[in-house]
Amino acid sequence: MNEILDPLILSRWQFGLTTVYHFLFVPLTIGLATTVAIFQTAWYRTGKVHYLQLTQFFGKIFMINFAMGVVTGIVQEFQFGMNWSTYSRFVGDVFGAPLALEGLLAFFFEATFIGVWIFGWNKLSPKLHLASIWCVAFATALSAYFIIAANAFMQNPVGYQINAEKGRAELTSIGDLLTNPVALAAFPHTIAACFMVSAGLIVAVAAYHLSRNQHLDTMRPALKFGLWTMLGAGAATMFFGDQLSLAMVATQPMKMAAAEALYNTATGADASFSIFTFGTPDGQHELFSIRVPYLLSLLSTHSFDGTVEGIRELQAAYSTKFGPGTYSPTIWITYWAFRWMIGLGLYHMLVAAVGLFVTRKGRSPKRWVWRVAIWSFPASLLAMSVGWVFTEMGRQPWIVFGLLKTEDAVSPELTGVQVLISLIGFTIVYGALAVVEFGLIKKAAVAGPAPVETADDGSDTPVPTATVY
Amino acid sequence: MDLAVLWFWIVGALFIGYFILDGFDFGVGISLPFLGKKDSERRVLINTIGPVWDLNETWVIVAGACLFAAFPEWYATLFAGFYLPLFLILIALILRGVSFEYRHQRKHESWKRAFDTMIFVGSVVPALLWGVAFANVVRGVPLNEKFDYVGGFWNLLNPYALLGGITTLLLFFLSGLYFILLKTDGELHARAQKLAVKVGIITIVVAASFLVWTIIMSEFKLATIVCSAIAAVALIGAVALNYLRKEGLSFAAVAVTVAAAVLTLFVTLFPNVMPSTIDPATNSLTIENASSSAYTLEFMTWVAVIALPLILLYQGWTYWVFRKRITHATIEAAAH
Repeated sequence: MNEILDPLILSRWQFGLTTVYHFLFVPLTIGLATTVAIFQTAWYRTGKVHYLQLTQFFGKIFMINFAMGVVTGIVQEFQFGMNWSTYSRFVGDVFGAPLALEGLLAFFFEATFIGVWIFGWNKLSPKLHLASIWCVAFATALSAYFIIAANAFMQNPVGYQINAEKGRAELTSIGDLLTNPVALAAFPHTIAACFMVSAGLIVAVAAYHLSRNQHLDTMRPALKFGLWTMLGAGAATMFFGDQLSLAMVATQPMKMAAAEALYNTATGADASFSIFTFGTPDGQHELFSIRVPYLLSLLSTHSFDGTVEGIRELQAAYSTKFGPGTYSPTIWITYWAFRWMIGLGLYHMLVAAVGLFVTRKGRSPKRWVWRVAIWSFPASLLAMSVGWVFTEMGRQPWIVFGLLKTEDAVSPELTGVQVLISLIGFTIVYGALAVVEFGLIKKAAVAGPAPVETADDGSDTPVPTATVY
Repeated sequence: MDLAVLWFWIVGALFIGYFILDGFDFGVGISLPFLGKKDSERRVLINTIGPVWDLNETWVIVAGACLFAAFPEWYATLFAGFYLPLFLILIALILRGVSFEYRHQRKHESWKRAFDTMIFVGSVVPALLWGVAFANVVRGVPLNEKFDYVGGFWNLLNPYALLGGITTLLLFFLSGLYFILLKTDGELHARAQKLAVKVGIITIVVAASFLVWTIIMSEFKLATIVCSAIAAVALIGAVALNYLRKEGLSFAAVAVTVAAAVLTLFVTLFPNVMPSTIDPATNSLTIENASSSAYTLEFMTWVAVIALPLILLYQGWTYWVFRKRITHATIEAAAH
């Protein structure tokens, strides 16, 4: 078949592109909703004006960002049916349920209270208005749980049985589906990473203003908050990432083998972790590498003498179990995505720790330090993206591990031309919107927090300004 | 009652909710070039739906997800089969959604104009194409023995479906105008009233033709006739009430019209969900062969029964919070 017009390849590109793009906005929505709620709570409890300024300032960035998360999210739901109808028929009985739960229990709640929060500044009591942003924060996390539980089924199918007559997977236990060990580890890992991203934004914005010696009364506390969040969220991301890799080794050993490009099963000191490898173009032989002995054993089994299965052994075992075929993902992608994810995560914790040290007791560091801090925001988004690329590419060739292959999941009557049209359309629209979105967030961030207006009665009581479109 | 049948009606109810609520959002968007002569007027129009467009649009996400969970086969056939129309709807919804948020972020006239155009196009396209899509489902489309749609893109643009599309476009436009009448005052209000009378009369003619065609196609099914009649009476009532300046009642009546029109399509469909024009006896998707397992449906029923009343309650409360009319003063008092 003409490869350019292969609906399978085009659909995979489209799904990858639209999903990575969607997940540039989601972490900010999740992280900033809670951040803004925390600032607003601080204002509510202390009455200090700078907390109100921070609430409205990051609230504005939150608003610019959230619309993109909403509209690109609809694409995600529609695509399962549009491009992957065989997949949808096969898993709908199981996979549809968490999506419906997400809609009924989380999306409605989130969408309703976001409107209430944005437009309700002078229509609700301060307490009720504060409650509405907490509702949003809660709903974003809840929706993340359902979608991760759905994704976890693709990584590690549980709570189902195969109905041979209908040729599909059917749900047998919603409890098992929602307590999938992969979901239980992936959820806190992802949420913590979302807070790393939102903290990255806060640190970047605060660093920008502090390096120019402006908005000190708001940006100093913002920087401190951002750096501590970054450090804490980084540690939590690492801790739950470790839990997730244990679950991964137990359920998808091939993914761990691919993460390390480990071709042959290794034990103990031989189960080393390479920081950097330079190999032959086919990726099967290494020419140079820097290795840490025992580390892969530690990551995979939490012991020094553990055994980590290699790609060749797993390939042989899967061939026996599932029939002839290739059962390993594209190794260079999983290998490097895994390293970039971990590396960037560690980098963030380092930036946070160093940042806290150099700004202790109101000290002001050199200019290049602020530059590094500003770049921690794009770096955090990159870490998030490569993490998802790793977990999704590492699942290949399966769309549902052990049950359905990606190549068998695409809509049968879909033509390459149709997908090419939509792929080009999404690319153009998403590309243009990325430019606009980045410009608007930058403009809002550079403008800095607006001064707070005071009440008409002559007192100094701050009055939050109403929002309109 | 069989749970699959119950879910057929729940999915129907969710789409009714979506078309009533996002329907008037679309209508407000369509009205922009007709009513908004000045920037401040266009801002008033957009702010009438400001706090609610997102939650209204969420109805389609929930309807889609419930369709997926309760009728995977229906969802798969419909979404893969109607690939390009759904792609266009998605692009339209994306452009419309971000435009609400982006247009007020810069003061340049050309910037605002660009987003006004995107709101207009982003409202017209889904208002038209949702009607085209649903009319095609009711009319029947070519499905093979694996329930895959094999009709191509142009097959979807048949006269009946196009009439369905124009019907939803006009109905949504009308309900948007009635909503604007409820939420504005002054000159803009007067202009909206004039336009609403004209659009009302055209809508009656077009919607009546579509309903009659549907009745004929259903081979005079009783439920189709009853629901069509309710839709027709409600629409005529809405136009009459609007003429009498009963703003609240005319909006309520047009909401009933939308509900009854969507219901007409669902009762005509019943017990099929996607009838096939090729070998209808074996290739049609029905409530029975398209639905999920009893376990999934039972669990989902519990969730829906508990969640839906609460959803209606807090969404209703939102409309109550933002019940006041939007005026120029409201816009100017704000910070932007």
